[in-house]
This record gives sequence, structure tokens and C-alpha cells, in this order.
Amino acid sequence: MASDTIALGIADPDARPIGERLHDWVVTVDHKKLGILYILYSLLMLVIGGVEATIMRIQLIVPHNHFVSPQVFNRMFTMHGTTMIFFVAMPILFGFGTYLIPLMIGTRDMAFPRLNAFSFWMTAFGGLLLYFSFIGGNGLYGAGNAPDVGWFAYAPLTSRAFSPGHSTDFWTLAILVSGIGSIGTAVNFITTILCMRCPGMTLGKMPLLAWLNLVTGGLVILAVSPLTAAQIMLSIDRFLGGHFFDTQAGGAAVLWMHFFWIFGHPEVYVLIIPCFAFASEIIPVFSRKPIFGYPVMVGASVAIGFISMSVWAHHMFTVGMSSYGNAFFTATTMVIAVPTGIKIFNWIGTMWGGKIQFRAPMLFCIGFLFQFLIAGLTGIMLGASPFNWQLGNSYFVVAHFHYVIVGGILFTVFGAFYYWFPKMSGRMYSEALAKWHFWLFLIGFHLTFDFMHIPGMLGMPRRIYTYEPGRGWEIWNLIVTIGVFFQIAGVLVFVVNLLWSLLKGEPAGNDPWDAWTLEWSTTSPPPDYNYATIPVVESRRPLWDLKHPEDPDWKYE
Amino acid sequence: MSSVAVARPSNESAWVLPSRGRVGMFTLIAAESAVFTIFVVAYIYYIGKSLSGPTPKDLLELPIFSTVCLLSSSLTIHLAVRALRQGRVGVFGFWWFLTMALGAIFLVATGREWHHLIYEKGLTISTNLFGTTYYSLVGLHAFHVTVGLLAIALAMIFTLLGKVKPEHSERLDVFSLYWHFVDVVWVIVFTVVYVIGR
Repeated sequence: MASDTIALGIADPDARPIGERLHDWVVTVDHKKLGILYILYSLLMLVIGGVEATIMRIQLIVPHNHFVSPQVFNRMFTMHGTTMIFFVAMPILFGFGTYLIPLMIGTRDMAFPRLNAFSFWMTAFGGLLLYFSFIGGNGLYGAGNAPDVGWFAYAPLTSRAFSPGHSTDFWTLAILVSGIGSIGTAVNFITTILCMRCPGMTLGKMPLLAWLNLVTGGLVILAVSPLTAAQIMLSIDRFLGGHFFDTQAGGAAVLWMHFFWIFGHPEVYVLIIPCFAFASEIIPVFSRKPIFGYPVMVGASVAIGFISMSVWAHHMFTVGMSSYGNAFFTATTMVIAVPTGIKIFNWIGTMWGGKIQFRAPMLFCIGFLFQFLIAGLTGIMLGASPFNWQLGNSYFVVAHFHYVIVGGILFTVFGAFYYWFPKMSGRMYSEALAKWHFWLFLIGFHLTFDFMHIPGMLGMPRRIYTYEPGRGWEIWNLIVTIGVFFQIAGVLVFVVNLLWSLLKGEPAGNDPWDAWTLEWSTTSPPPDYNYATIPVVESRRPLWDLKHPEDPDWKYE
Repeated sequence: MSSVAVARPSNESAWVLPSRGRVGMFTLIAAESAVFTIFVVAYIYYIGKSLSGPTPKDLLELPIFSTVCLLSSSLTIHLAVRALRQGRVGVFGFWWFLTMALGAIFLVATGREWHHLIYEKGLTISTNLFGTTYYSLVGLHAFHVTVGLLAIALAMIFTLLGKVKPEHSERLDVFSLYWHFVDVVWVIVFTVVYVIGR
């Protein structure tokens, strides 16, 4: 691979004092540095959110446990949910997007680099505000620290009467601030993808990662903005004495539910669509075949984006909507399974007849395929409103959405991490440790979340801090908690692998996977300017064309 | 990596992509539209649901004059940008100043209306649902007008300093999209608050 770099005036960047190098990271507007900042920030938050989950699971390991008080338990599930969605899943996916989109579409930075930095720091300060509530949440009331209203913070629990002190204020401000950051990122993604593509890269020749992040950007615009609006209303209620969600003044608690879930359900797709993007990049490379059904893949993604805007009230079947509402939202929920199913068939079609290499990124993606399928099936079960009346707000629901978020999203994120780690760091990770990570995490995941369905079907509601013995829930809760420790072991192996590989890993070279998209044509890690000369592409797999001039892709596309 | 140098008869047409400014601004407008949609939905949902008075019928009067001012500022900003594109900086300054003045009149009118409602009629944001939704929706719009006015004032200062050149017309054109958006939102707010809601 040709990879000429421009010699800059700086001798060795590592020779400068550490303070100066850290300062570079704080003031940077470079998409690669910001991408890595997003990812590191999210990994830190992942550990914090994981600790909170572990505290909950230890509390539930046996009936009548006294590991934490009910008050602390409430704070833990609120902080766990808020942290994992807003400060782990979203920023880690934005981080990968920020890092990869300009490289994959052959340009030197995002469309608005300063907006990019602004967005990251808004997200970062949002998380800081949320966690500052542990210190500042007491207010003058002695009302307890940290929000305890649940991650969807139903009204009227969030009103001053029921949530005194400042903890809920910190919650709403944290979401408001990070939401503004997310909207900035989405504006940047869409503009970059539409306006910065290298010559020859028409929309039909973009890597699927760019396509899917374009859809994600659109969803963030249409989903996070309503949440921001709802948080403004909640702030008006709490700070200025407004009555939006004040049921005693005629306000409607159900309106908050609608506003929250108009955000909440598209948000699931904001999180899963970038993971579809990772799978769509990783599976072809390790199957040694181009993606099966590229146009269908794009169409299905756009269809998911549209349909996902009309399914939100399936989170609200138990509230008691009209039969027309129930029928409509059940129907749309069933419909969205169709394009999602198409995508699963496409990935299997890509693997079919391929020369599959079971490296760590591929293992995580295969895990994703199976687990996401099961998550989708329980989703269809819950999407049927009569079934939902039985199991809404039970551990079955908790198991279902953790199957999506851990089994679907986190698995592909780990896969993406191993896949692009050589590009970001310039070093290879340890394949042996990565396999340990995969198997430990896979066992832990299935112990925890497979068996979590069962107490839900036996009637165990979510968000209870303890339970009576003799209801048949004990053994399942024990198994679920044991699984957590396997997951922790897996993540520890991951962290060790990360640190060891950063220091001692083998140099990766430009293109360790013999891959086909543009980011593998530049050095690892890429220089500040990404490409000395802007590439020109002729097909969806520009590096294949370069490596196989006798049989280029553009002849067939 | 220089380029993927595969011999292929390249199509001769130049590689043109949409303007960053316009796409970015349209995306931002989409996000803002979603925010306003939620506020408008809340307003409509709560029409007539206040448990105590006063009601919109008692208090609101049609703000015809300020509406005319704000809507005509869309025309003046268009004329300003067009003049700048043609290189007539003086004409641009005239229309730009008029835009700023019309926007300012609108804000002052809103301020007077609020002063009247708060100090003479006793309607505040915490009085009832009407107060909450009214001040939030109209206030959110007024906030957007204020942001736009600050940007217009900044460009006005640069104009007076002689720094605005015809090559800046593209940027001001992108900004004018925002201003048009604020006007369109006012049409909706006007219809919902002063026509349907009264």
C-alpha cells in the first residue's frame, strides 16, 4: 500500500513535555482525538455504570438482603440507566462515528471541527453534572443525593413535592446539556457525510458505516430534540413553578410519558444502527466477501429509521390507551421487525459460502447476530399489547432490553473496538486475551440475561429492592448475579488487553485485516491530516480495486 | 495513500457536493422544528385544561403590528443578502439595518405584551396551565428571535466597520435561512396561540 506522509516541522511529538501533550488533547478539534476522547470517556462511564449494576445484583442475590438500603437501590437503578444510555452507549458510538466517518469517506476532518469539540465537551460536562449530584444533590433539604426517579423519570414523581432537593435538577440538566451535545454531533455527522465525501464516492458507493451513521444522525435530530424540549419543560416546572406535568393543576403525567418515549424508542435505534454499521463492516472482511445486498441494506436502514418514529407508545401499553392506540402501536412494532429481519438475512448471506476467519471482532459480531435475533423475538412478544399487559414492568422487560443493549450493542461495540484498535493505536491487541474476553463475557451475558427472563414470567416486577422467599425467584436471581461476575472478569481481561497492547502490542501496519475501506489505506494511527492527497474512489471497496487492478469492483457495480 | 489509481474512464463532470453551511443549517432547523413541535403539541393539548383563570380569551389581543414587522423582516433580509451578492454593500447595510430594527420592534412588542400580562393582568408562568404553556412557547420563540438579533447586530457592527464584503454573502445567506425559520415558527405560534387557542 502506498502511504506517503508529509514530513512536518515537529521532530518527535512524544518528546514534548507531558503537560503540553495533555493540553493538546483538551484544546483539540481533530476528529480522531475527539473520537478517542469520546471512547475513553465512555469506557470510564461504563465501569461506573457497571459498578452500579453490580451493587443492584448483589442486593438481589438472596431474598431480604441488606446490602444497600431501598433509597440507595433507587439511586443505583436511576444512575445505572441514565449513565449507560446517555454517557456510555451514545458517546461511545459517537466516538467511533467521529473517528471513522471522515477516514472512511476520504476527507481530513468533520464538516464543523469546532462544533465537534463543543459537542464532546457538552456531553462530558453533562456526565459531570449527573455525578456531581452525589455531592450537590442534597440541597438545603437533606433530601438525599443522586437522582432516584428512574431513568425515564415519570411525572409527577419528578415534581418538587415528591423530589425535593437538587438531585432531580441535576438529572434534568445533565440530560439537557448532553442532549445539546448530541444534536451538535448529529448536525456534524449529516453535514460531513453529505458534503465532505471524496471524489467518486457517490451515495451509492459510500461504506455502509457512513450510510448507517447518516440514518443515526437523522434519528438523533428527530428524537433527541423532543427530549431536550421535554427537559426544558421539566426545568420550567421545577425552577419556575410551571405546571406542564403538575397533575394537581391539570397537567398530564401521560404527556411526559409520550414526550419521553417519542425520544425513548427512536433512541434504541440511535444506539443499534451504528452497531449494524460495525457488523456491516466487520462481517464482510472476516468472511472475505463483499456485503450481501448493499442497496437492500441501505433501504432497510432508512426504513427502520422512519418506522422507529412511530412505535414509541408500545412502552405505554400498561398505561391504558384506547384500543385504536394499542392496535396501531402493536402493528407498527410488528412492521419494524421486517427490515430488521432483512438485515439479519443479509449478514448471514454475507457469511454464507465465505472463508470465515474467527478473529475476535468476528466472534463478537456472530454473538451479536444470535443475541440480537433473540432480543428481537422477545421484542415482538412484548410488542403484542395483550402479552405486554401480562409482562409489562416485569423482569422479562429488563431481560429483553438488556438483550438488545448488551447482547446487541455492547457485543458489536467490543467487536468494533478490536477491529479498529490497530488503526487507532498502531498496535495489535492480544488475540488470546481477546478470546478470553469473548468467552467469559458470553458466558456471563447468557447466565445473567437468559435466566433473567424467568423471574419476570414468574411475576417479579422490575425496580424492587428485595423480595419475599418462596415465590420461586431465588434460584434465578442467584444465577443472574453469578453471571455478573463472569461479565466483570471479561471486562477486566478487556482492560488488561487494552493497556498491555497499547504498551507492548506488535506494530499493526496500515492494513492488518486485508480490508477494503479507505481508513486502512493510511498509516496506523493516521496522521493529523488523514490523507496526504485526497483519495479518489471508483467503487464501494476502493482498496480491493487497488489490490486487484486486474479484477476491480467497479466493473460489476 | 494518494489515490486509487485504477485506469477507468472517469466521468468528466466536476465533483460537486452540497454546501456545508446550508446542509448544516437545514439540519439544525430540523432539530429546532422538533423542539417547537413538542412545545406546540403541549400548548394545543392544554388548551382549555387550566383549572383556574384567567383564560386566553380574557387576556390575549392579536399582535398584528409586531407580526407584520417580523414577517416583513424576512423580505428585508432577503433583499439585503441579494444586494450583497451583487456587490452593493451600501444597499446591503440599509436593508440589514431595517431587518435589525424590525426584529427589535417585534421583541419590544413582546416585552410590552408580557409586561402588560404580568403587572396588569397578573398572569405569570405559574398562574395556571395557560400561563405555563403560553410563556414557554412564546418565550422559546422570543429566545430564538433574540439569538438571531444578536447575530444580526454582530454582522451590523462588521458592516459599519467596513469588514463585510460580497464574498460573505454565502454565510449571511445561510444565516438568513435561520431568520426565515424563526418567522415561519411565528406564523405557527400566532395561529396556535392567538387564533386557535383564543
